[in-house]
Amino acid sequence: MTMLHTLSIGELGETLSSGQTSSVELTRHFLARIERLNPALNALITLTAEPALAAAAAADARRAAGEAGSLLGIPLIHKDIFCTDGVRTSCGSRMLDNFIAPYDATVVTRLKAAGAVMLGKANMDEFAMGSSNETSYYGAVKNPWDTTRVPGGSSGGSAAATAARLAPFATGTDTGGSIRQPAALTGVTGVKPTYGRVSRYGMVAFASSLDQAGVFARSAADAAIVLKVMAGFDPKDSTSIDAPVPDYPAALGQPLTGLKIGLLREFFEGLEARNAALIHEALKIYRSLGAQTQEVSLPHLPLSVPTYYVVAPAECSSNLSRFDGVRFGYRCEQPKDLLDLYTRSRGEGFGAEVKRRIMTGTYVLSAGYFDAYYLKAQKVRRLITDDFRAAFTQVDLLIGPTTPTPAFAIGAKIDDPVTMYLNDIYTIGANLAGLPGLSLPCGFVDELPMGLQLIGPHFSEAKLLNAAHSFQQATDWHRRAPRGYE
Amino acid sequence: MIDWEVVIGLEIHAQLATKSKIFSGSATAYGAPPNTQANLVDLAYPGVLPVLNAEAVRMAVKFGLSIGATVARRSVFARKNYFYPDLPKGYQISQYELPVVKQGKISVMLDDGRVLSIGITRAHLEEDAGKSLHEGLVNASGIDLNRAGTPLLEIVSEPDMRSAKEAVAYMKKIHTLVRYLEICDGNMQEGSFRCDANVSVRPRGRDKFGTRAEIKNLNSFRFVEKAINFEVARQTELLESGGSVVQETRLYDSDKDETRSMRSKEEANDYRYFPDPDLLPVQIDEPYIESVRATLPELPDEKAARFAREYSLSHYDAGVLCASRELGTYFEAVAAASGAAHAKLAANWVMGELSSALNRDGLDIKDTRVLPGQLSGLLARIIDATISGKIAKEVFESMWSEGGSADAIIEAKGLKQITDSGAIEGVIDAVIAANPKQLADYRAGKDKLFGFFVGQVMKATEGKANPAQLNDLLKKKLGA
Repeated sequence: MTMLHTLSIGELGETLSSGQTSSVELTRHFLARIERLNPALNALITLTAEPALAAAAAADARRAAGEAGSLLGIPLIHKDIFCTDGVRTSCGSRMLDNFIAPYDATVVTRLKAAGAVMLGKANMDEFAMGSSNETSYYGAVKNPWDTTRVPGGSSGGSAAATAARLAPFATGTDTGGSIRQPAALTGVTGVKPTYGRVSRYGMVAFASSLDQAGVFARSAADAAIVLKVMAGFDPKDSTSIDAPVPDYPAALGQPLTGLKIGLLREFFEGLEARNAALIHEALKIYRSLGAQTQEVSLPHLPLSVPTYYVVAPAECSSNLSRFDGVRFGYRCEQPKDLLDLYTRSRGEGFGAEVKRRIMTGTYVLSAGYFDAYYLKAQKVRRLITDDFRAAFTQVDLLIGPTTPTPAFAIGAKIDDPVTMYLNDIYTIGANLAGLPGLSLPCGFVDELPMGLQLIGPHFSEAKLLNAAHSFQQATDWHRRAPRGYE
Repeated sequence: MIDWEVVIGLEIHAQLATKSKIFSGSATAYGAPPNTQANLVDLAYPGVLPVLNAEAVRMAVKFGLSIGATVARRSVFARKNYFYPDLPKGYQISQYELPVVKQGKISVMLDDGRVLSIGITRAHLEEDAGKSLHEGLVNASGIDLNRAGTPLLEIVSEPDMRSAKEAVAYMKKIHTLVRYLEICDGNMQEGSFRCDANVSVRPRGRDKFGTRAEIKNLNSFRFVEKAINFEVARQTELLESGGSVVQETRLYDSDKDETRSMRSKEEANDYRYFPDPDLLPVQIDEPYIESVRATLPELPDEKAARFAREYSLSHYDAGVLCASRELGTYFEAVAAASGAAHAKLAANWVMGELSSALNRDGLDIKDTRVLPGQLSGLLARIIDATISGKIAKEVFESMWSEGGSADAIIEAKGLKQITDSGAIEGVIDAVIAANPKQLADYRAGKDKLFGFFVGQVMKATEGKANPAQLNDLLKKKLGA
């Protein structure tokens, strides 16, 4: 049973239900892998070995009592942005290094109730602000395909852990590409659901109108199993949507005959030829599966990055005001007075990228600038959303690259925020429009994985997962493991 | 000498009487030990989200309908960003560009009977902040977040008031209204009803408003009046001595009876309002509005008009009786039991003896010691001439302090009026016989002495002689 980490979630479920293995054994297996492999990756901030073994034993007892369930006894890693009762929830920041969450996020509650076993908390860019996982207070995460390279961000730890088979799946959040971009750069499947599909309650907020929780797995089929558990209305989140959750796993295997796929013209402008070739290869496969492809244009899409870098910082500047050193989190030593308490606690507790965004956001909301920046950005956001809506009158899904380049070297972009921000150029549009997006592996450039991105209309997760699953039935890119992590 | 015109607008904060907070499930009850009514949402823990209390919206709509305002079909919550320890999120959730209630008006009757129409620009929902506590702490401040997240309705008037008295009359009218609607308990000591006053002066006849000062957090009608009067005097003195008023926020110090500067416009926060992405816009449709309209009680103005009509009361009296819903209900119960013909008597007793007893003991009408049935029982004995009005006051006092029905008190104390003319005549005869000089003076033309004889008879009968009979008989006897 030394190859347990190579099995899919479905296969693991079978070995558990047949009694070939137990959740405790499975949990030990992954804990051992983490112990052995994580030091080189730094994918985890907190390991919760003992509670994990207790949860695994409880899952085994539930199974022994006759319970079944697709995630009963299956280990996972949570991005450290989700509050976990009694466990440090750092959000990758010194500000919350001492913060033990007193409650579970809804995502955590749902997965716990399904019997999934949390192994630990994944490293991430500080407060989910970053595209390389280099802004974490806990240090950069290394890409298992090449440890001199970044795994992407902000959910870099979740992506690296999934790629390195440290857990069968991991949770993540995606505000501007933070699931899809690291999924692409680490060769795993990452799903960002429709805004409102998964509860944001208990997820430390970065940009509330864009944040959405999702999943990293090694296949669309596995992601479908997890998403079914995570998704659903939550009365604690006013922006979560009260709509039935489809049976995503059951919706897989539908033929793609007649599926209309739109190729996003704007995503190919300036894309390197080798990357573009991979996308065209993928399109060939889709056509061979019966889909029709056509080019579509979203004229306002190139404005995504500047729009995002007004809206997201504006919201973050307000969302992060609660970190003031008064009630929880980092507090500076010996504050002289209230102002000193605020300025030093925040000055010492936040890292450079977070401060940059708070300042940008404060600026764009300020009297005299609000109309020119925030309001203008909201208008452009509307235009981008309308572009997508128009596109979906012609096609069922949109397709394009997830990122412009494969994983870049650690340190290569960290001092140049604008270049770093441009790494999310293909992913941000879906967040601005609240659409579901998915990244799946579609080949390699310079021995580094590249991602194919699918974007669908609101609540089309089943369709996206089916399209990704069909592709994965016809290819084996998603089965490739980084050397040393097979 | 310049004739200065005073211009006042009020921003009234009415705490809505919901059981739980506007965005969390915590209780809103007043007076609990610090931070026992603050949950993770109120404490703004990482990851928590607000969920709007529908009851707060219903109350705001109720208010809007009661002042003939427009209820916005779509209103939006916005974040008002500033740092303060009693503001856990670092922003207050309020409504900014799109409030739930827009453009209403209310009529206000002044003591001299003049009626003003005051415009209400808007009323919006927002959450209250917590409290900073400084007492009993050394080199530290405490924070109590029990109040954080309590729903407030901020009612913003047009600058339609021209004196402190008008401002107070308007504030009292809103106070009456919110209690009628049962959307606010109106408790000013506990801060459930308070206001900020925007005050400016200008030479009479000028269109342009003067520069205003905003006096914050006035929590009694008396303070509103005093603070405005102080501020008007300050501003006119300043302007007359060649100075100018600066736009600023001021605080009223009731101990010193003065206002002083808190912060000027230059120091004012840039609140960076923007729509709260955690909350959806509030959509209100016609059926909802109608369902709320159906719950509106009879409003103070309607009730007063009806009282004036049905009970033939003056508009002023009707207005006084409708100052609170409970007082009006009390009056109607007494008037109904006494019969419409005696409504004026009922009104006089409710506004007179009852109100002064309540005032004297600092009681609200809800806590009255004399119930409507007791009072109407007493009035019945005045009407059937069992006792005089004067004796009735004695009975009322006894009823107030010891309880019991009018009949029982009259019986026990032997206060029944003497209506037996033979008995009254006997007393008159004795009084006349005992006062020959006064009799002679009276007969010589000193008419004023009639009162002396009335007094003597009343004294001898301990006030129980029927006054009308006494009058008639005495006239007859003295004239003989």
